[in-house]
Amino acid sequence: MPINPKDIEWVEEPAMNFWESTYLPAVFDGLRTTGQHVADFHPVTEFYPEQKPDLPSHYRGVHRLNRDDKGRVKCVACMMCATACPARCIDIVAQDAPKDDPHWADRDKFPKSFVIDELKCIYCGMCEEACPVDSIELTNIFDLTGMSRQEMMFDKEKLLSVFDQTKDSAHNPVRTHKGKLGHASDFTNLHTLGPATSVRADDRSAKANSAGVIE
Amino acid sequence: MPTVIVNNKPVEIGPSEKLNCIQAAERAGDTIPSYCWHHDLSVVASCRMCLVEVGEKKPDGTIAMQPKLSPGCQTPVKDGTVIVSNSEKVLAAQKATLEYLLLNHPLDCPVCDQAGECGLQDYSYKYGRGYSRLQEPKNIKPDKDYIGDQITLFTDRCIMCTRCVRFTREISGTAEMQVISRGTHEEIDIFPGEPCNNKLAGNVVDLCPVGALCSKDFLYQQRVWWLKSKNSVCPGCSTGCSITVDQNEDVLYRLKPRENPQAQGSFMCDEGRFGWKYAQSDRRLTSPEQRTGGQTVSRDWDVVLSSLSTTLADLSDRKPGTFVVTISPWATVEEAYLLAKFAKDVNPNARLALGPVRTVGEDDLYPKDIHGKPSLPTRFTIRAEKCPNRRGVEAVLNHFREEVIPFTTVLHEVENGSVETLFVLGGDPEGWIGDADAAKLDKLKLLIVQDLLASAASSKAHFVLPGAAWAEKDGTFVNHNGLAQAIHRGLRGPEGSRPDGRILFELAGRSGLFHAASLRQEIASQIPELAALSVGDLGEFGVSLTSAAKTEPQPVG
Repeated sequence: MPINPKDIEWVEEPAMNFWESTYLPAVFDGLRTTGQHVADFHPVTEFYPEQKPDLPSHYRGVHRLNRDDKGRVKCVACMMCATACPARCIDIVAQDAPKDDPHWADRDKFPKSFVIDELKCIYCGMCEEACPVDSIELTNIFDLTGMSRQEMMFDKEKLLSVFDQTKDSAHNPVRTHKGKLGHASDFTNLHTLGPATSVRADDRSAKANSAGVIE
Repeated sequence: MPTVIVNNKPVEIGPSEKLNCIQAAERAGDTIPSYCWHHDLSVVASCRMCLVEVGEKKPDGTIAMQPKLSPGCQTPVKDGTVIVSNSEKVLAAQKATLEYLLLNHPLDCPVCDQAGECGLQDYSYKYGRGYSRLQEPKNIKPDKDYIGDQITLFTDRCIMCTRCVRFTREISGTAEMQVISRGTHEEIDIFPGEPCNNKLAGNVVDLCPVGALCSKDFLYQQRVWWLKSKNSVCPGCSTGCSITVDQNEDVLYRLKPRENPQAQGSFMCDEGRFGWKYAQSDRRLTSPEQRTGGQTVSRDWDVVLSSLSTTLADLSDRKPGTFVVTISPWATVEEAYLLAKFAKDVNPNARLALGPVRTVGEDDLYPKDIHGKPSLPTRFTIRAEKCPNRRGVEAVLNHFREEVIPFTTVLHEVENGSVETLFVLGGDPEGWIGDADAAKLDKLKLLIVQDLLASAASSKAHFVLPGAAWAEKDGTFVNHNGLAQAIHRGLRGPEGSRPDGRILFELAGRSGLFHAASLRQEIASQIPELAALSVGDLGEFGVSLTSAAKTEPQPVG
């Protein structure tokens, strides 16, 4: 839609006076700033690698796979991360949880293999956002090196070991549901969801005071 | 013509048609959501998802609506029936029904195999409220891992639509599944020691609108939104069930039946559903080969094909009747035509034979009664003839030659020494030749085998051409009833193999590329029996070759 000419207010630059037109006050103003820097010296150069940078906790570095309170991998192999991944660097093979093992009694599905190609990854954090059980998280480990491409394919064990290394670090808090499994794998205590969609004011069933009753 | 009014739109229905409100609304382009109703099963009206307002338009023009909502699946329509499916009252009922169905349904969509093609997910988005007001813990029932060899039940996800129960009672007749207990304790179960292992058992997984019944074969293999589907036809028997081939990155994951009233109805058997594993087996032929005296001369497609065509061209001066081509009933109509025409062009005395037609037992009719005997009316048939395209290949052979030579005669003549050159277009996944019969082939001067899997014959052939499984090629299958259906290339085969149509197209030295639709038109113009293929694109449901089948479509079986 074009802007209505009535809504436009034209602002003119004010005319310079005599001193301003000599430019001298502006020159001295600039020299004062330079002088301040000479007198008050703060270096910004960091001496990496002797000195590690202090990264914010939301920095997106190497992935980790969180463990639940029983030490199992939290991941339920739903492949939401692989679906969300724009670089297609996540490869998951799912397996049904061993039915007879009491250790896995409350789980249906877990990842048999979980491989992230850290070289393909663009560290966008979409996997972390997509994860319904808060299993995959990005740590602030940024100095990732390897001697071969194969070494940079992080498998389940390696991603879990990243969790073991970083879970107690101040920079890498386990951000959500520490220890506990997320909603989707919690069978005994299922949560009431908050409204995911907006509720209209004239929604008769939303106004009802008990479920299933419509006035 | 009777007229039904759906959401203020008049819809005409046939004079003798028996439709319910859901079907009438579908004609009008409206959808009435439903779970328990399925057009091939009886009506129970238990899910309450299809509640609509129903009324009647009186001859004087006034409309009288019934005061309460009726289940659309259970309400037949007649002239003057008025259906309202989009009023406030109906929408509120749909919302309340969904909330009720979701009271005890676990929100484990991330681990559920049905997610992405789930009736509850779809309708919750479309008609539901988006959140639950339930504050109590959910009623979680233990899973039943063994409903059948191929079926597992996640009891807590079940919404008690009883489609599976009705299927085993009405279509398979075996009645293994049932509802146990009452009220909130209701569960789907089997009788102890009577698992659901009938030959149609896999259909209950498709019928389940939620993720309660899952196929063990497909469980956790793929997320369904990654699968790409192509329409195809099951090659398991001559019923020719319409199916979809679901693959991702050239790996076949599952077959699902596709509704086609002219072919088989809505279902398919487990032999077809799980019988495709040979297509991805290690026994697949994966490179062409030319051998002389048992030694490999070349494994290059260009070299093998060009030397094969020069070798065959040299045959023209041999004695008449010594060159025989056998075309298996697993080949498509296009392949049969290309090979038959090529053989006749290269050597007018070439003789054409039909490959071995494998039949197992007798036609298996469903439903079955308690003694395992089929009871009428027949709802589904698994045919004894285990090849998909005998009729199509026979039609081509009949055109090029008066009689269809059976394969046993060919073997007999090979043993006599009256056949010197044999070109076999195979494709039977169970193998078409035994070791004893293969020994007879040693007498041949030239053996050419174009096949899917390695066999005793392919190991001694002078030319081996690795073909493609049915899911990897375009073509036409003609079923027992003369229904010609198109199959489509859904995935690429192993590296080194090629679709059979392409191999034969290049061997015949034709210009251009193999294109099934235009080849169908060529076949239709040449062979009167296959004139119905002139449409080229056979569409979703196929075309009937015989006018008799056209006027009398077989609804099931």
